[in-house]
Amino acid sequence: MTDFIDLAIKYLPRLLVAAFQYTLPLTAISFFFGIIFAIMTALIRVAKAPQNEWADAALKILKGVAATYVWFFRSTPMLVQLFIVFYGLPNAHIALFQSAWVSAITVFSLNTGAYASESIRAAISSVSEVQKQAAESLGMTTTQVYLYVVLPQAARISIPPLSNSLISLLKDTSLASVITIVEMFYLSQQIAATNYKVLSMYILVAMVYALFTSILSIGQHYLEKYTSRFAQ
Amino acid sequence: MIKVENLSKKYPDKNALDDISVTFPAEETTAIVGPSGSGKSTLLHSLNLLERPTSGRLIVDELDLNLDKTLTKAQVLDVRKHFGMVFQEKALFTHLTVLKNLTEGPTKVKKISQDQALEKAHALLKQFNMEELANRYPYQLSGGQQQRVAILRALAMEPQYLLLDEPTSALDPELEAQVLRVLRELAQKETSMIIVTHNMAFAQQVADKIVFIDNGHVGYDGKTEDFFHSTDPRIKQFLGAMTF
Repeated sequence: MTDFIDLAIKYLPRLLVAAFQYTLPLTAISFFFGIIFAIMTALIRVAKAPQNEWADAALKILKGVAATYVWFFRSTPMLVQLFIVFYGLPNAHIALFQSAWVSAITVFSLNTGAYASESIRAAISSVSEVQKQAAESLGMTTTQVYLYVVLPQAARISIPPLSNSLISLLKDTSLASVITIVEMFYLSQQIAATNYKVLSMYILVAMVYALFTSILSIGQHYLEKYTSRFAQ
Repeated sequence: MIKVENLSKKYPDKNALDDISVTFPAEETTAIVGPSGSGKSTLLHSLNLLERPTSGRLIVDELDLNLDKTLTKAQVLDVRKHFGMVFQEKALFTHLTVLKNLTEGPTKVKKISQDQALEKAHALLKQFNMEELANRYPYQLSGGQQQRVAILRALAMEPQYLLLDEPTSALDPELEAQVLRVLRELAQKETSMIIVTHNMAFAQQVADKIVFIDNGHVGYDGKTEDFFHSTDPRIKQFLGAMTF
């Protein structure tokens, strides 16, 4: 136990630096873009066909693209997606993805977006039709109906599943180690390779992940409490 | 004045409205009555185009729309500017307080300032003795209070016509009376109202005109008094079924 405390005192600061330099920014940036992808995908998937032949055809194509995107990212491992983007695309002369950061953020965002889009889609669908009709009857445009009535209500319903997505994402950023990003887990591997305290190092890094995910869980609790002020 | 001519609404399995022509005068209360599933609500929702009729003509004051053609978004919004609407239940925005429910439309749609909208909202709440509800959320209100706030939300937009879709059908008699008192007050002020109701006593007392919809057709369109003294067998049968 004393050994473990000594190890923690020695290496915890380095792990925390790696967390703030890589793990947390990767999580925050990817979640931000992921939510944007998720909202766009969910809105496309719940959109109703307008009374216009061309718009109807365009919407059908968009719905097809959105459904394929969700299907692909939900049905393939994130590790494989990272390999395709970081090792595969540069091989096909797409130079942008030679950057490990760009590759990681792209995959994490798209993956989170695919999962979160299903949560948001379900939340949007759960807002009652009469709420939309009431907004329309006030003269709101479709954009206003969604912006001021549907999405705020859907946001409250989405908090638990989106919090799950965020917590999963934070843990999944450890996969960035396989594409050369020296994030927290990769650093712990490097340290364990030099001091041979393999079990202790991995327990220590697991505790740091648990610390961050616990903070997120507490945040989720307060966010749910705050938004439940307008619901029974 | 609102006028619908040869209005039809067809669903794949039935004709909800079949070639209906009716006039709804301004500054009067018109009650739309009829059996359940006869097309009353469809007619009401067709007036502000929440329901898109399949064919016909809709005239709302200066607007004249051919419903056989696809309407533009601008045309639909122009029509809706004339109407305020109250639904059967649960139509207050659940994430907003009473005050925000009353200011959301004026600020977001009519683009009036927040201060002006708040002033108007407070005035309406005061006028109908509901000031103490201002900061409550819809779930903290009784059914009757919710419907009265819904009426005020519609009035906050200063519409030419108020549409009410069975506003008391989900309420118990005591709460229903609260809502009906507000509607009676509005009727006395010559507010233009079109109300779908099953409450025949209320219709008889408040409505200037009755439109009786029966199986997607107009079964009666005329003065309230004449409707309740009608010798038409179908109307007599309907009125008989509505009384104990």
